[in-house]
Amino acid sequence: MTTAPRDPVSHPVALVPARHRVSKPVRRHIAAPWWFAAPAMLLFAFVVLVPSTRGVYYAFTDWDGLDPRFSFVGLDNFGAMFRDPDAVQAIWHTLLIAVAVTVIQNGFGLLLALGVNSVIKSRNVLRVFLFAPAVVTPIVTAYLWRNLLSPEGAVNSLLGAVGLGSWQQDWLGDPDIALWSVVGVVVWQFGGYSMVIFLAGLQSVPKEIYEAADIDGAGPFRRFWSVTRPLLAPALTINLMLSIIGGIKLFDQVYALTGGGPGHATDTLSTLIYKDAFTLGEFGYSIALAVVLTIIVAVASAGQYFFLSRNERASS
Amino acid sequence: MNRYRRRTFGLELVMIAIALVVGFPLYVLVNLAVRAPSDNSSPLRPTTSPTLDNFTQAWQQGGLGGALANSVLVTACSVFIVLAVSAFAAYPLARATARWSRGMFLLIMLGLVVPFQLASLPLYQTMRDLGLLGTPWALILFYSGLQVPFTTFLYVGFLRALPRDFEEAALIDGCTPLKGFLYVVFPMLRPITVTALVLNAVAVWNDFFTPLLYLSGSAQQTMPVAIAGFVGQYVTDWNLVFAALAISIVPILAVYFALQRSIINGFAGGLKG
Repeated sequence: MTTAPRDPVSHPVALVPARHRVSKPVRRHIAAPWWFAAPAMLLFAFVVLVPSTRGVYYAFTDWDGLDPRFSFVGLDNFGAMFRDPDAVQAIWHTLLIAVAVTVIQNGFGLLLALGVNSVIKSRNVLRVFLFAPAVVTPIVTAYLWRNLLSPEGAVNSLLGAVGLGSWQQDWLGDPDIALWSVVGVVVWQFGGYSMVIFLAGLQSVPKEIYEAADIDGAGPFRRFWSVTRPLLAPALTINLMLSIIGGIKLFDQVYALTGGGPGHATDTLSTLIYKDAFTLGEFGYSIALAVVLTIIVAVASAGQYFFLSRNERASS
Repeated sequence: MNRYRRRTFGLELVMIAIALVVGFPLYVLVNLAVRAPSDNSSPLRPTTSPTLDNFTQAWQQGGLGGALANSVLVTACSVFIVLAVSAFAAYPLARATARWSRGMFLLIMLGLVVPFQLASLPLYQTMRDLGLLGTPWALILFYSGLQVPFTTFLYVGFLRALPRDFEEAALIDGCTPLKGFLYVVFPMLRPITVTALVLNAVAVWNDFFTPLLYLSGSAQQTMPVAIAGFVGQYVTDWNLVFAALAISIVPILAVYFALQRSIINGFAGGLKG
């Protein structure tokens, strides 16, 4: 196994039949236009690559965002972060929101998808209708919900009107409930999004398999577990990836619903980054928080990628 | 499975009930937006004497006309640029087998993971030095680069599943790579182009964080920023606020309902890879 793979003498690849050599000029022709990628690379480098790299550098400085003089402070920002109860809490909230949104939104989306994939007469209308919140600007729906969830808002009025007055809450003002209200609004908005992706997965399941399962006498639950679930694996992978990354980066909804309050009860990494950079002028510290956010996203994506691709292979 | 039974009817009722609960905020939105500010009855009660005054007032005081024009400009330019550069980039990245193309693809995919806060805070300073802050051009430039990884990813996935025969034939017939791409390959990319167009347009139109940073303190605004400013100013006058929210929702819902079939298919299909 020590043979260099491209050694022309000892490796059999050198003896590849003539057919390969004939098609080579064409291949080289296709491979030629490297400059096709140049505009995209330039934009990508200017907007993402270079600023992100500079961001990582600023995370080790005490820059305030304006003053041209700043100094390198090593790991001070990161140390300060773990001594700062607001930051620790924000990291915790970020993870909690990401997990809660992922679980609830996908559970709800899957139930909706199963519902509108059945033979009910209103299925086409319901599909269009249930997906509609997902295209509306999140900041706008968040302001709408801020009013609905206020103490005199429509949600409490509705609960009173149907005899559930004891369930009335200060949904956004109570520190114990506010975070869950944020999760609820996100699920309301993007449940239909998960539904559509699950629906695409459900429709790729061949009808014959269900007919065969019917003939074998499988009940609805058996049919779901043994036929539908394994074939939904790709849709599940995409849904989990999207919702967990979306949950970790959540900004608009928190900003508009609670502004991170009451106190810091709903602050996430994203809202704290914004506040520290643009209202407190702690640019270096704020970008250190962004680096932590990046690490969390990267770890979550990589973990999911390995876990889910194994799962997908196992069930196919 | 394929027959309409009594149990199916039960399911139908449950699903309609869920849809009503999901749609409830929309009812309240419209109901309060057409209500005179003096009417303080329950948000659930249908408005007795609807008025459109709130809409005209919100439109004028919120500067929503200018914001709408800016949002259209930023979305149209960004989406056009990002589709063009990403389709071009995806071609060699999907087809060429050289080491540089693999490396470049992985580098671009790295951009899928980076949260935009990390890039957009340092870029803020560059935009300021270039004098672009407070103008729509800063946003167009930002989205054009930010959306490259996702769009290129969609195009590369689609291209890899596409047979090479047509373009090889075109090249043997003496077509230059540029012509081969424009006349042979790009037309075949149409389905994924539609998907990428919709996904990018929704992402750019709806973004709030970046215009909040890059346009703050200037007269230029996009729709989400204008709405946020309006809510901050009229926070106690919810009838006006709701009128403004309704105005900003109408264009996007109109486009959605007009194109719902291809949008829903595109969302699901494009993400299925």
